[in-house]
Amino acid sequence: MDVTRTAVERIFRDEHGRVVAALARRFGDLDVAEDATSEALLVALEKWPVDGVPPNPGAWLTTTAGNKAIDRIRRERQRDVKHQAALMISDDTPHEATGLVEDDRLRLVFTCCHPALAPEARVALTLRLLGGLTVAEIAAAFLVPETTMAQRITRAKAKIKGAHIPFRVPAAADLAERLAGVLAVVYLVFNEGYLSSSADAEPLREELTDEAIRLGRILRTLLPDEPEVAGLLALMLLTDARRTTRVAGGELVPLPEQDRGGWDRALIGEGHALVRECLARNRPGQYQLLAAVNAVHTDALTVADTDWSQIVTLYTHLGSIAPSPFVELNRAVAVAELDGPEVALALVDRLPLTSYHAFHVTRADLLRRLGRSAEAREAYDAALAATENSAERAYLTRRRDQLSGP
Amino acid sequence: MTQYFLSVHHDEAGQAEMEAMTEDDMQRMFTQVGAFNDKLQAEGAWVFAGGLQPIEQSTCVDATGEKPVVTDGPFAESKEYLGGFWIIEAADLDAALQWATEGSAACEGKVEVRPFQSE
Repeated sequence: MDVTRTAVERIFRDEHGRVVAALARRFGDLDVAEDATSEALLVALEKWPVDGVPPNPGAWLTTTAGNKAIDRIRRERQRDVKHQAALMISDDTPHEATGLVEDDRLRLVFTCCHPALAPEARVALTLRLLGGLTVAEIAAAFLVPETTMAQRITRAKAKIKGAHIPFRVPAAADLAERLAGVLAVVYLVFNEGYLSSSADAEPLREELTDEAIRLGRILRTLLPDEPEVAGLLALMLLTDARRTTRVAGGELVPLPEQDRGGWDRALIGEGHALVRECLARNRPGQYQLLAAVNAVHTDALTVADTDWSQIVTLYTHLGSIAPSPFVELNRAVAVAELDGPEVALALVDRLPLTSYHAFHVTRADLLRRLGRSAEAREAYDAALAATENSAERAYLTRRRDQLSGP
Repeated sequence: MTQYFLSVHHDEAGQAEMEAMTEDDMQRMFTQVGAFNDKLQAEGAWVFAGGLQPIEQSTCVDATGEKPVVTDGPFAESKEYLGGFWIIEAADLDAALQWATEGSAACEGKVEVRPFQSE
């Protein structure tokens, strides 16, 4: 059997969260769990190409990593004789794809996204431990030096250990709030891929959107009854379905101008099914409502077919459960289609978002449509000053330069 | 079980607010903190607690040199000073944060939670 290094690494990445989580529960130490899991990869890279991939690679990795962890603990304890008695930690919990072991991954994600950790540390830990990305990959994703990212992860793990952040799923009373923190981490990863904030990266970074969707799918398996988990996954799928049509010739293509024939129907179908499931549950939340907005867009065969009043209603609902000027801005964009750019501009102008690029982009577009070229030009300049994304800059520059009149 | 240091810091603005407190405000806070302390003791989480005199009353001693040097005032000029603290026993950080939430509401101030070294 021909087993390439890439194939082994892909399996390893898919199993990483499970293996680390099982070991973290068993040994009560994330460092031990992470190091032993990495050692198990080295063994797999050596053995699988010779012996073939075992029938249950996850179980194989968990067993191998468990043995590595025991070896390490023995080595350390031998140096420290007084702990000799505590040496024989054993656990015969079998590795299964469902049940207890799934709970372990859930514990892992809540530990990684604990509110006592800095937000950037939550993202890094989640990608490292649950996602199985290497430190180098995570560093590249956030454009920081590898040593910086390694320190960030080490410091976060030290805090988990030193402050005794529990390895546990929060109590029901805290679950919704803690889950919101987990979903925010995943959505942040997705958004950085959706529209990169840096001039030094590709404008769309599918390695990040793909990873966020993969994490979203894991969460969906772990928490099938949480509508916001389904909502976030639907939102990401429906957004990602438009990926290949969002940039053409190095320039961002806004939604109304995208080639709808190029949208990924399979992702749209999956996203719509999730949105329908959320509607049936009738426990709306912000991700579900944003997913519903995207369901309306992806339902329309042409821009003209878009049910803008439905979109305004959804944003109004969203504004009532999670008030924010960003929601108002998006609502105004839909209002422009229903009541015209002048009404929308009045809504936009009172929002406190002058350092946010989309605020200026929206104003520029509304002013352009109103024929107020001079003001539109200023707004395009303000938008350009607020974004480093190369594709967005290319689009805005062309739009600005196409303005007619003074 | 782990021991956690729950500290309450006062900054200048907080100090001014404290000085402006009426008798009733003070009484309310003392009652709240008293009830919180009782609860810590009843649930076996209590190790020690105390409120500190104002920072002007602190003295520094430095015996790292040949002769000990005693100076008036705090260790370092800072905008924030430790005003009081609790030392508690808790199963994990979540439990400690829950106590801190109640402590913060009781003393009407921000509470910092810091674990003690375990050995």
